Amino acid sequence: MPRSLTLAGPAARRRLRTLGFLSPWLIGFGVFFAYPLIATVYFSFMHYNQIKEPTFVGLRNWEYVFDQMPLFGPALWNTLWLVVIMVALRVVFGLSLGLLITKIKTGVGFFRTAFYIPYLAPPVAATVAFVFLLNPGTGPVNELLGAIGISGPNWFNDPDTAKPSLVLLSLWGIGDLMVIFMAALLDVPKEQYEAAELDGAGAWAKFRYVTWPSITPIVMFAVVTGVVQTMQYYTQALVAGKVASGVNIGPGSVIQPGYPEHSTLTVPQLVYSMGFQNFNTGAACVLSLVLFAIAMAVTSLLMRKRSGLLSAED
Amino acid sequence: MPRWRMPTRASAALAAAGLLLSGCANPSVGSANDDPAEPVTLKFWHGWATPGEVKAIDDSIERFEELHPNIEVEATGNVTDATVNQALRAGGDKAPDVVSSFTTNNVGQYCDSGMWVDLDPFMKKTGVDKRKVFPKTLLDYTSYQGNQCALPLLADAYGMYYNKDAFEQAGIKRPPRTMSEFERVAKKLTVRRGEDSYERVGYMPNFRLYQNSPDRLFAQWGPRYFDAEGNSRLAEEPATYDFLKTARRLAAAQGGFDDLEKFRLTFGDEMSSQNAFLTGKLAMHLDGEWRGLMLKDAKAKFDWGVAPLPVPDDQAETYGRGFLTGTVAGIAHSSKHQNAAWELVKFLTTDTDQVVDFANAIHNVPSTYAALDSPRLDADPTFRTFFKILENEHSEALPPSTNGGAYVLSLMDFAYSVEAGHVPDLRAGLRRLDEQIDADTLQSKS
Repeated sequence: MPRSLTLAGPAARRRLRTLGFLSPWLIGFGVFFAYPLIATVYFSFMHYNQIKEPTFVGLRNWEYVFDQMPLFGPALWNTLWLVVIMVALRVVFGLSLGLLITKIKTGVGFFRTAFYIPYLAPPVAATVAFVFLLNPGTGPVNELLGAIGISGPNWFNDPDTAKPSLVLLSLWGIGDLMVIFMAALLDVPKEQYEAAELDGAGAWAKFRYVTWPSITPIVMFAVVTGVVQTMQYYTQALVAGKVASGVNIGPGSVIQPGYPEHSTLTVPQLVYSMGFQNFNTGAACVLSLVLFAIAMAVTSLLMRKRSGLLSAED
Repeated sequence: MPRWRMPTRASAALAAAGLLLSGCANPSVGSANDDPAEPVTLKFWHGWATPGEVKAIDDSIERFEELHPNIEVEATGNVTDATVNQALRAGGDKAPDVVSSFTTNNVGQYCDSGMWVDLDPFMKKTGVDKRKVFPKTLLDYTSYQGNQCALPLLADAYGMYYNKDAFEQAGIKRPPRTMSEFERVAKKLTVRRGEDSYERVGYMPNFRLYQNSPDRLFAQWGPRYFDAEGNSRLAEEPATYDFLKTARRLAAAQGGFDDLEKFRLTFGDEMSSQNAFLTGKLAMHLDGEWRGLMLKDAKAKFDWGVAPLPVPDDQAETYGRGFLTGTVAGIAHSSKHQNAAWELVKFLTTDTDQVVDFANAIHNVPSTYAALDSPRLDADPTFRTFFKILENEHSEALPPSTNGGAYVLSLMDFAYSVEAGHVPDLRAGLRRLDEQIDADTLQSKS
């Protein structure tokens, strides 16, 4: 038997068995992560229009993205703005809602359902509905505000309020975080609260010294997943921009995303535009790598700072 | 245990990955060796979606199948350019043989990338003399640097629809012919409601309105987008400044961009009964020839007319011109039945009876000389106004670019900022726009 086919000793057998158990993950990791990542790096140095053979262009795509793509700056700024503001507000709002619902005595089921249901709405439908509700000309929100003498903002049609309007939409669909925080809050041992009360702790002290240390890993989980999701923010921003702009110039034509004035343009939208509308694969790969690097850096920083997702007692 | 020789293995893995990646980047290639007399099924993708349009194209296919009993056509409607672009790049046996696009914007990209095959050899083989069949402007917008990868499948001409009742009320005798007249008439036709809203706007110049994409009105100036080397020259082109300033003046004369934009947001969908011209919110409106049929079908509650759009005061002799575009058809590079596919493209684009019937059915401008002269063509004078715009020697289509419509998109983006008053230095802004267009084109070529 050739040497390569022998199972030389228990160590080799153990290694093979380990590999066997790991193989589903290894295959998944290889096909859905390692290969795409290598391909993205490879194509970031190639000129490739998805028709002709790729040709090596060195750093040309990188120079193009960083020096000659005026939309890259606004897209990166908007993405980072959403990461900071949207994630922070979602965590604060989700936690506040969780605290509120765990405290109320009656109608818990109703409020829990009422706050969770918006999360189940399909993102496209929810966004279209929001754009119609907040239409400055015909939307009921501004009509109501007008009735009480307030001139409503232009919401999705003003570069200053378009991103805050997207944040508002994300807060409306806060159900996912609310449920996670509720579970975490209900898991805090009651005896600790009782002990704190005996020590004379008030509401803030109980939250600061009992609740917060117990739920920190869950908050960290919400922040890390929120950052990763927001770095990929695409559907709501694209739909809101397109619907709010009211532009429809026919099936052959392409519309630049980011209305109004690039204020809702995010890096993932730019990746799609570059890769699948302009077929500028190299630039799309560069943008994807930048996004990947930022997501990795932010996540590593958060994880290192909090020693992962484990609480102090673990 | 043998030691792992990482450098060798890593190099081997990288080489394999490289081969694999470049292998993945090689879509299927079709051929023109088929016999068009053999039985075959062709896949035809088009963009028509409304019931009337779909019936018209289905009737056309039926006529083709009667003439070519060996060819069966499987038509798929409502297909966008993005879908065509992605499908032809992905390849595979589900990809279409015959493709069409509602815009000429992407022809340069289709020709230069080789995604749509050059039709000249097919025309030569079957004795079609394209210069005798199609007007020159239409041949120009369906080719790129000598590669005729598409043919016109009916054309679109842009003109001005106007509300005759509103004109009569305002005491205006005829549609404006120059830009200064346009501004005066638009102001006179505008009826305000309250401080920041309107009953009716004379002419809404906002570039996001329906068909108002800036390239359409810009065509009235007859601009040259590129120099002989293919570099963008919008900053050098005096017409660019005049056009953008005229658009700003038009807005200012009717209350300013902000109020107009707020009013625009109350408009219904372009293709619905809530279209702003149809509901009387606009007295003059830039649109294509198809709108006439829609106005008739919707039984507009006012008398309306059609005229060419006004021209700049210093080019008064060019009155009658307009922006031209159209549907184009071609053969996919991946088609294995390119000769049979050519039979369908030839029928749809060059057969006079077919072109006339189809033009009458969907109210598009016929795209061949013979069809334009046909006595069977719809005699409706409003429809015929667009034929004259098509035949006007000053009418223009967009120049094709290897980067498709990317430069138009950049111009649109810039024009949106200008109309909103966010470009204080027009010259500097246009220079940056030129640089960006050139960088994008270079990136597409490199």
